[in-house]
Amino acid sequence: MRRTGTMVGVGLLAASLLAGCSSGASDGKTRITIGLFGNFGYQQLFEEYEKAHPDIDITDRTASYSDHHKNLAAHLATNNGAADIEAVDVGYINQFKANPNQFTELKSDIKDRWLDWKWEASLSKDGKQIGYGTDIGGLAICYRRDLFEAAGLPSDRDQVSALWPTWEQFMATGKEFAAKAPAGAKFFDGGPTVLNAIVGQAPTGYYDKSDKIVVGDNADIRKGWDLVAQGVADGLSAGLLHSTPQWNTGFKQGQFATLACPAWMMAKIKDQAPDTAGKWDLAAVPGGGGNWGGSYLTVPKQGKNVDKAVELATWLTAPEQQGKVFANAGLLPSTPSLYSEQSVATKQDAFFNNAPVGRVFTDAARAFKPQYQGPKAGDVQTEIGNAMQRVEQGKQSPDESWTQFVRDVTR
Amino acid sequence: MKTDWRERRHRWDIRYAPYAYIAPYFLLFSVFGLFPLLYTAWVSMQDRNLLDGDAATFIGLDNYVELLTADPYFWNAMGNTLSLWLLTTVPQILFALGIAQLLNRRLRGRTFFRMGVLLPNITSVAAVTIVFAQLFGRDFGLINWALELFGAGRIDWQAGTASSHTAIAAMVVWRWTGYHALIFLASMQAIPTSVYEAARLDGANGWQQFWRITVPMLRPQIIFSTVIATAGNMRLLAEPLLFNPGAGAETGGSDRQFQTAALYLYEHGFKKFDFGYASAIAWLLVIATVLITGLSYLAARRIRTD
Repeated sequence: MRRTGTMVGVGLLAASLLAGCSSGASDGKTRITIGLFGNFGYQQLFEEYEKAHPDIDITDRTASYSDHHKNLAAHLATNNGAADIEAVDVGYINQFKANPNQFTELKSDIKDRWLDWKWEASLSKDGKQIGYGTDIGGLAICYRRDLFEAAGLPSDRDQVSALWPTWEQFMATGKEFAAKAPAGAKFFDGGPTVLNAIVGQAPTGYYDKSDKIVVGDNADIRKGWDLVAQGVADGLSAGLLHSTPQWNTGFKQGQFATLACPAWMMAKIKDQAPDTAGKWDLAAVPGGGGNWGGSYLTVPKQGKNVDKAVELATWLTAPEQQGKVFANAGLLPSTPSLYSEQSVATKQDAFFNNAPVGRVFTDAARAFKPQYQGPKAGDVQTEIGNAMQRVEQGKQSPDESWTQFVRDVTR
Repeated sequence: MKTDWRERRHRWDIRYAPYAYIAPYFLLFSVFGLFPLLYTAWVSMQDRNLLDGDAATFIGLDNYVELLTADPYFWNAMGNTLSLWLLTTVPQILFALGIAQLLNRRLRGRTFFRMGVLLPNITSVAAVTIVFAQLFGRDFGLINWALELFGAGRIDWQAGTASSHTAIAAMVVWRWTGYHALIFLASMQAIPTSVYEAARLDGANGWQQFWRITVPMLRPQIIFSTVIATAGNMRLLAEPLLFNPGAGAETGGSDRQFQTAALYLYEHGFKKFDFGYASAIAWLLVIATVLITGLSYLAARRIRTD
């Protein structure tokens, strides 16, 4: 027995070494690798593409959000190991486009497919396009119908939307909810999530157009900060930081009744808490319109099949394919020609009580006024999230925490 | 002539073959150890973006000057590293001694227990950390549930400095105690029984035998374990990183309350892409590790037989 064990071990080792050596598919096909994070809704598209192109074999590898971007950075730095196509989130696109030479420049003749701001956000300072847009994060509010009913609030989505044209009214609704809320349920998931949505709506974000960090003097963001901090003080927050395991558990346990919901968040809710199907619904976001997140497909220069990779990336991000992704995964297209198309505009989602996701999100995307993102907007977002968490954890007063945040990001 | 040639070859063999035998190690070390060290030292004297090595500029010791004189978060990270070093290394050695002593007795299923203590060490550190992060969860963690059962309040483990250090130290201690215990156990079995018999005749009880005979006789192993544990705990990364996963994982908590030096390095190198600065942190960490290891070596050496 022991000997067979060793033999199997040696065999596995040899096999893995061999696998490590052989690059490219052995059956004469060209293998295109694609590095993703989270859920892009591409699986069916890959099969479709492979059927139409018998010489192509698509292999995808998916990692978590931060692992994916850090691996990509390491692979670009060492000029080795990147996939033929690499997805990049808008939170990281500025850091990557600062070094456009790492990426294949993509053609600009199809620029009209995308929303202007989506196109410009991945354009380098010297005018090179490093990535074609996939989805955008049009904003809405996801809410739990059952918890709203239990707290004596209306649960119909139009009535709910009418409760909060502004964030002040959103917080006021929160207080009403808290007065009669079921045990263990708070109004929103955590301060950082709400704050991200509010920041995303401001005309100016963390940076001005000359790449200077101006958040310290940004009255809109400070107003949002004070509002959310007050909400936290009023006990409206479940104190969970988004994208953490505790937050994931919060979905299953029904710890919060509302959630700032970019379109991609809906796929996340379905993944995290399949049991809550039908309990969720979708209302308009206070303040009207907004964007949080969204991604790009880039083609690193170091790849061996750059031309075929560009072809695939172009195909995946074309309006037709974005429409299919919206249909099966709910990611909001970045190509506005789809917004007026019947299949998109009238789409409903059964998980969210047949909410008209097509209408809600395309309205949000149309109402969105683009905001300039500076070079390290992602880092600043992390810091403001930390700052709000310090308030939630009772470590600092809102003023102290804000002062430390501004000092940290301008240092 | 022929014998002369043979003889000469024999002499060469004796003289040079040992170098050939140890050469593989030194070759590997110079490629995977020495070269990266020196290269890191070179990068640490540059203002260099991770993605754009060509645009790097030489700035001498500026990174070091900034770290040592103008970066409070570097000192914060160093402080956390020292605190975690103490909280992990000391209990680890003490628990390991205790467990080794227990395993040294005649027990039923001795081999089972001896192998069992090593199990935490061979499980994946990521899996361990994720499980522990669940145990230490604020709302649904098992530990808070138990605390509440006994009337103590809930603790937001990630929020506080002391609480987060305790939780992280628990993961490390759980993982490494068994490993050290086995090393201690092996040498305990080499202590001649006659020494204990003599002590018993002189009227020494079990406790006295343990502290006056066992521990002093284990001195070389305790020194070894202290040095190994120190070197490992000074570069603690995975535990604090995975204790608080999510977009802000690199900062080690909302106020960097459990950001270790290695995590600070990681933040600068792979989140902010500041390769030069991260390399300077790496070298300062090397220096600190050598210093602390030296100190703990001196401390462990003070164990003596009377």
